[in-house]
Amino acid sequence: MKNRLKNKTTRNNFITYGVVILIYIVMQILTASGSISSTMQGLLVPICAYVVMAISLNLTVGILGELSLGHAGFMSVGAFTGVTAAMALSGRVSSGIVCLIVGMVVGAVFAAIVGFLIGIPVLRLKGDYLAIVTLAFGEIIKGIFNNLYVGIDSNGLHMSLLSDKTDLAEGGKLIIGGPMGLTSIPRYSTFTIGIILVIITLIVVFHLVSSRQGRAIMAVRDNRIAAESIGVNITKYKLMAFTVSAALAGASGTLFAMNYSTIVANKFDFNTSILILVFVVLGGLGNMLGSIIAAAALTILPEALRQFADYRMLVYAIVLILVMLATNNDTFKNFLRRLKPGHKKAADEDGKEAV
Amino acid sequence: MTFLSFLISGISLGSIYAIIALGYTMVYGIAKMLNFAHGDVIMVGAYICFYATTRFELPAIVGVILAIIVCTVLGIVIERLAYKPLRAAPILAVLITAIGVSYFLQNAALLLWSSNPKVFTSVIPKGNISLFGGQLTIPYVTLVTIVVCIIIMIALVWFTSKTKMGKAMRACSEDKGAAQLMGINVNGTISLTFAIGSGLAAIAGVLLCSAYPTLVPTTGSMPGIKAFTAAVFGGIGSIPGALLGGVLLGIIEIFAKAYISTQLSDAIVFAVLIVVLIVRPAGLLGKQVREKV
Repeated sequence: MKNRLKNKTTRNNFITYGVVILIYIVMQILTASGSISSTMQGLLVPICAYVVMAISLNLTVGILGELSLGHAGFMSVGAFTGVTAAMALSGRVSSGIVCLIVGMVVGAVFAAIVGFLIGIPVLRLKGDYLAIVTLAFGEIIKGIFNNLYVGIDSNGLHMSLLSDKTDLAEGGKLIIGGPMGLTSIPRYSTFTIGIILVIITLIVVFHLVSSRQGRAIMAVRDNRIAAESIGVNITKYKLMAFTVSAALAGASGTLFAMNYSTIVANKFDFNTSILILVFVVLGGLGNMLGSIIAAAALTILPEALRQFADYRMLVYAIVLILVMLATNNDTFKNFLRRLKPGHKKAADEDGKEAV
Repeated sequence: MTFLSFLISGISLGSIYAIIALGYTMVYGIAKMLNFAHGDVIMVGAYICFYATTRFELPAIVGVILAIIVCTVLGIVIERLAYKPLRAAPILAVLITAIGVSYFLQNAALLLWSSNPKVFTSVIPKGNISLFGGQLTIPYVTLVTIVVCIIIMIALVWFTSKTKMGKAMRACSEDKGAAQLMGINVNGTISLTFAIGSGLAAIAGVLLCSAYPTLVPTTGSMPGIKAFTAAVFGGIGSIPGALLGGVLLGIIEIFAKAYISTQLSDAIVFAVLIVVLIVRPAGLLGKQVREKV
């Protein structure tokens, strides 16, 4: 154990698990003592869902090195299939937790299948072309779910596209109602399940990254040609990372959807994909703890800015631009450094590095 | 005849996409960045024209010119403040900054002009041209859009191939370092590209709202995404590609709406894009760059 902790990656991974568990304990204590507003309590499950989304997108963008602008599409697939499964089951199984878990598994499986099918042709493309195709994919998913009708009755599931032709028998209910989206969802999601999903996601991603496969994936990212020349099967490893990322996003979609009583396909649009990409980039590519913190902070920020009322999204945009400038522009960095006490030392160290 | 009329409205919608796509493609060609705020510059242009013609009751042409001037200045200011400091930064950082600028413009518009939809009064007189004994009617706005697009294309092709500044622009997009060694002002050229792109966005905004008259702060985002798609469709970085991509996208969208399904038209447009990119990974007119090891 002691030996393993000396390894920097392992240590960082344990720190990440520790932070997540610590946050969970702190939030539980705060909730129990009632010192946390109901708005914040309502945010806990969405934050978990966004954290899982950010970690899974970080696998695609940070570890695999491909830009994806349609991650919300996988979330959408997970939400719609997972909730359908959970609702179909809820008549037969009394335990909400079981329904939710089955829903998340179904959501993850469907999202993984879609991710795999999309991945086969798409991963042949490079850079911005891949980005635009993932964007297109997200829009297609949105278009389909906006026009899909799914209902359930004693004969099983009924599906139709474009208009409601489900013809439900007596006692049947409509689960997906086209543009109305998912309606009367049982709200099974809890913060505890959310945190468990976050931890499972971390375990999956950390194990993938430190495995032989993970090293192959990172080799593809760092130099595709070199990796290919030493016998790494590029398509296989790209698909592997892409599918795992899609599956995690699918599970997160189910968790997210089952926190609300209704949800529409337009919720998972281009803006949501971009939001998650912002979490990943702000948190740092390949840095899972960064993704967690960025996702949580940026979900709370618009709520915390409520006092600015109409100005809050404007402030959010300015914060976003300034953070990007502060972390990427040398003049700006030096300016900030000069504001700190003891800047001279830092500047000296910088000078040494430059030499 | 209905086929012909759908075709013409498709070309007209496509012309608007093409004008927006030109802005994307030129900026991408020279700065290698996806300018996500481009769609919102369209919206600003449309609002400026709207207020100039309704609140201040200026003639339409003055409104359009005002919109072009404001958007051009806006484009230069955005480039100077947000993108120029990040010239050496990783692509993703610039992308996120562009998204930040896009949020900023949308929310600033929300505060300035509220979220109530404005009914845009067309800058082009209402009316139709009847052909074939009234079997085919084409609104003036459709014709003007197509003509404006053709004029812009010819002007841009002439500008990039014949003038000194245009040649500088092409040189910068090929190799910035070498261009600088040849005495080209690279930063100035990039600013100029942003200025031209944003000016075109203003024209596109006015034409878009003349054809589809509802104006809200998010008016620009969907056409922006579609025009970006059009630019990729035709091969990003290529000016004729932007025209071809835009027009094809417009035609596909109108035909999908007319013959298949209104609700699924967007999904169909994007599905066609995916198929095209799988067959031609660099777009229709894009250059296939061979990788050398």
